[in-house]
Amino acid sequence: MLWSIDLIILTFVIFCAVAAITVKDLLGTAILFSAYSFLMCLLWAVMGAVDVAFTEASVGAGVSTVFLVAAVFRTSRRTKD
Amino acid sequence: MKALGLVIVCLTGGLLLYGTMDLPDWGDPASPASTHLSDYYIEYIMEQTQVPNLVTAVLADYRGYDTMFETAVVFCAGLACFLLLRDFRPRKDRYYRHIPTGVMLHVKNPETRIIPGNEFEHMDREWVPSDMIIKTVCRILIPFIQIYAMYVVAHGDFSPGGGFQGGVIFGSSLILMAISYNLKTLVKRVTEKFLSISAAVGVLIYVGLGVLAMVMGGHFLDYGMLAPLVPWDPGHIRALGMLGVEIGVGIAVMAVMVIIYVNIVSEGRHDEGL
Amino acid sequence: MSELLALIVAKYNFWLYIILMMIGLYAMIAKNNLMKKLVGMNIFQTAIILFYVSIGYKHGATLPIIQGDPGGHGAHDAVIHAADYINPVPHVLMLTAIVVSVATFGVAMALCVRVYRRYQTLEEDELRIRLSEK
Repeated sequence: MLWSIDLIILTFVIFCAVAAITVKDLLGTAILFSAYSFLMCLLWAVMGAVDVAFTEASVGAGVSTVFLVAAVFRTSRRTKD
Repeated sequence: MKALGLVIVCLTGGLLLYGTMDLPDWGDPASPASTHLSDYYIEYIMEQTQVPNLVTAVLADYRGYDTMFETAVVFCAGLACFLLLRDFRPRKDRYYRHIPTGVMLHVKNPETRIIPGNEFEHMDREWVPSDMIIKTVCRILIPFIQIYAMYVVAHGDFSPGGGFQGGVIFGSSLILMAISYNLKTLVKRVTEKFLSISAAVGVLIYVGLGVLAMVMGGHFLDYGMLAPLVPWDPGHIRALGMLGVEIGVGIAVMAVMVIIYVNIVSEGRHDEGL
Repeated sequence: MSELLALIVAKYNFWLYIILMMIGLYAMIAKNNLMKKLVGMNIFQTAIILFYVSIGYKHGATLPIIQGDPGGHGAHDAVIHAADYINPVPHVLMLTAIVVSVATFGVAMALCVRVYRRYQTLEEDELRIRLSEK
């Protein structure tokens, strides 16, 4: 595997994680968390764990985000931190 | 609280960073994790199970007992969501729209019944007008997503994929139907009864195959013992057993994902939602 | 200097995973909103899963899918070398972990919706006030 791709994706993953927990809009958290999951899936695909990447792409980036959006729809969108 | 949390996190991170000094180098083929058990799996799986995808073979055959209880955990999660949120009381107030004039009616008396038809249309309280473009695109897309999900389940032993992934994709296609139309369409077509039964049937298929192997004289989940049932292809009996198990997993996961989504988005009332 | 460089090349992945883990742990401890805490929990989980999957990686190995004729009945001409394929065991363990994580995430979301329906808030400090009022 190419170490440069690995490093770039890892940096993006960390940025997405920090952004997901600092943004003050919970819908924004949902979307950033989806992006985080998708980048994580890319990381696993680069590492050769294709089954795990496939699961994360369908579960983490797909269904988890939908659950989060559904819960935000039924609760509040704004948060203080 | 934040400062204390930061101190704790930094302490934990420092200890873990110190711990990485003892780990083998990244990607080292001779690391302890890659030298004992995995070598046996890689070298003998093709001979023993005829399944080229090592992950599926280990998941569904060597560690089949583990996966069975994972499926049971997913089933329990669906059950927990149902018990936490399901609310059988209907909403008291309803909204209708008179289609010819576009006037909205807010019916507060629960006794008043307006039958939706050509004149009146039932509306959600948080109603979003569904766009025609989204509806049409999703109507075309959903069958292909479902066929892809079945493909993923069926080819789990030759390529990446399997019951978990296929089930999640199938479930998300149904969720897409709820999002692009409305929740009522989904609940009408895929009833709660069907979902509950299929979640249980999925786990039952898995356990049933294990028990069937016991009845045929082997151990629990020993697919090799099912060979007399499939006389035309005894060489691939383990692959077929894994396929059966994956189908069970897929059905259970599909149903549970839809149950969780419907319960969260409608607060357990199964009438209005995203 | 070259020793230090070799150390960094061999270990930088693990360090970044630990940073990710710290982000998740910090969110779980210090964030006030319950949903932020859950997102932190998921970040923590994925960081651990990432660590496990990376343990199985081998330099110069290919995907854990045996190449060649899949229809052959046990008679394989080519000998399979373990060093040619990535270790599949961590993948199996983590694949099920991901699915269980989404199931627990769904239950946690259901709990959040339930808490909000009763107390009209998801902020931890306001929840404490509401609870002490009762």
